[in-house]
Amino acid sequence: MRYLLRRIGFLLFTGWAALSINFVLPHLMPGDPAMVMIAKFQGRLSSQALDALREAFGLNVDKSFLLKYFEYWQRIFTGDLGFSLNYYPSKVTEVLAGAIPWTLALVGIGTIVAFTLGTVVGIFSAWKRNSKLADTLVPIALFFNSVPYFWLSLLILYLFAFKLGWFPIGVGYDVFAAMTPSGKYISIIHHAILPVTTIIMTAMGGWLLTMRNNMMSVMADDYITFAQAKGLSDKRIKYKYAARNAILPSFTGFSMALGFVIGGSLLTEVVFSYPGLGYILYQSVTSLDYPLMQAIFLIISLVVLIANFITDFLYAILDPRVNDGGE
Amino acid sequence: MTNLKLFMKNKKALAGAIILLILSIIAIFAPWIAPFSPYSTEFAAGLTPNSTHLLGTTALGQDIFSQIIWGSRLTLFVGIVTGLIASLISVIVGLVAGYFGGRIDDVLSVITNVFLVVPGLPLMIILAAYITVRSVVPIIFVISITGWAWGARVLRSQMMTLKNRDFVKAAKVIGEHPLRIIFFDILPNMLGLIVANFFGAALYAVLSEAGLEFLGLGNVNAITWGTVLYWAQNGQALLLGQWQWMAVPGLLIAILGTCFALLNFAVDEMTNPKLRR
Repeated sequence: MRYLLRRIGFLLFTGWAALSINFVLPHLMPGDPAMVMIAKFQGRLSSQALDALREAFGLNVDKSFLLKYFEYWQRIFTGDLGFSLNYYPSKVTEVLAGAIPWTLALVGIGTIVAFTLGTVVGIFSAWKRNSKLADTLVPIALFFNSVPYFWLSLLILYLFAFKLGWFPIGVGYDVFAAMTPSGKYISIIHHAILPVTTIIMTAMGGWLLTMRNNMMSVMADDYITFAQAKGLSDKRIKYKYAARNAILPSFTGFSMALGFVIGGSLLTEVVFSYPGLGYILYQSVTSLDYPLMQAIFLIISLVVLIANFITDFLYAILDPRVNDGGE
Repeated sequence: MTNLKLFMKNKKALAGAIILLILSIIAIFAPWIAPFSPYSTEFAAGLTPNSTHLLGTTALGQDIFSQIIWGSRLTLFVGIVTGLIASLISVIVGLVAGYFGGRIDDVLSVITNVFLVVPGLPLMIILAAYITVRSVVPIIFVISITGWAWGARVLRSQMMTLKNRDFVKAAKVIGEHPLRIIFFDILPNMLGLIVANFFGAALYAVLSEAGLEFLGLGNVNAITWGTVLYWAQNGQALLLGQWQWMAVPGLLIAILGTCFALLNFAVDEMTNPKLRR
């Protein structure tokens, strides 16, 4: 129970910190992003929208920093994140709502498959160490772990979509195929295969290496030797004794990996013009759509923090030791 | 010297070191290796590879091969410098937190954990978007800020196991200054971990740099492998059949990343006896 309370405290604290960073950043930067942006959109936006922008970016000099900070929180809790400049007059929240499902599906499926495959292959690679296949897996995993996501996306896109024409060149689904409900689903899956594959390929290596190292450490422990001496079957030792314990550190590494996978999939989305958060973030950065940009960072941070909290929670179930004190 | 022998015997370490050496030689001797100036636009635009232009020319008529040779300089520089800065932050935060414990540890650990869970790339993109100065300095700054937390956590836990050793107690009894104990007595005992951590940070830096530059958030006029990719994408390299323009710089980034990853993995293997079998 104490563990859970501490995790909740941490969730609240990191949430507060991330959202505050989001608020403070535009104020810290040299130059004035709001001025740049307003100059850029002069004539394109109504004067009402420009006033709202000035408000949002603290060009209202007669308000104190603290007051603006409180108003920022007020806006978050009321879900009023202002207007997107790119998609004006759409609200930021509407743009986000359209993009989130795409990214969640892409990253969610990609992460789960990569984690499972990587872990299973990692167990194999540690168990069969010193065999040729198991040992060549390590440099291969290291290579794929070091490949820039977006570059691999580009090559896969070039080869399978452009050259071979097996898959569509981008976007989420085909408008014509989406006339019928079943056609829409097939089209969505068809469009998602390449981006998901890229994410799996680049994310798998990390899990493989983590699991391999964990397994090797655990296999050096006395209780494994003892289990072998007892004459337990290899399979039982491998899964019930070694892997069960070796997987725990993988779970704690999940938080960092998740942030990394999200970063990578943002770039993958840009390459595939996939209508998720990454693609919109990219567009908002190139067109200086600061309200949308801030909102995307806000939502990504919150999702990662909550996913992290859930992992911690699962961890407590998997490893009862964390519940009774200690880290 | 036993460390060196151990290093030479480890195939992964040797492979990583050789790749890094070759890439460094290319970077150092770039002016002599590259046949043309990387900026010169005097050639026909959009050429496919031929004997004069080994990798063809860009949409602006620059020699891609020369750009890639010159690009090795800034790419390596940013990777290594950023790796060093991030490692320095990890070492200071991790060791101080682990050694002192108590309130200091609480505060530093919370900060570390915040940076661990806040997603790095989106934060980098946002930071880079607000910074209007376009040069490598903001890139180095932005990546260092987001890349130190993992190392700090690893080093902190190592410090917790080392700080109760006898030699530390002895140093305390003599009355040495705590900072001296941390950085002169204990730090040399975890050099392996720090070196592994540096390579990990350098890998992170190289990949992040490439990502940011690809998005056009670096200085697009500087010559790095990331900006070559940016221009390749902008020049529609793939649609025009110029696949080598895209493939080569990306592959080099992957190779540089792999060499850092190999060194990281190998040093880890050498310093952790449980993995050395």
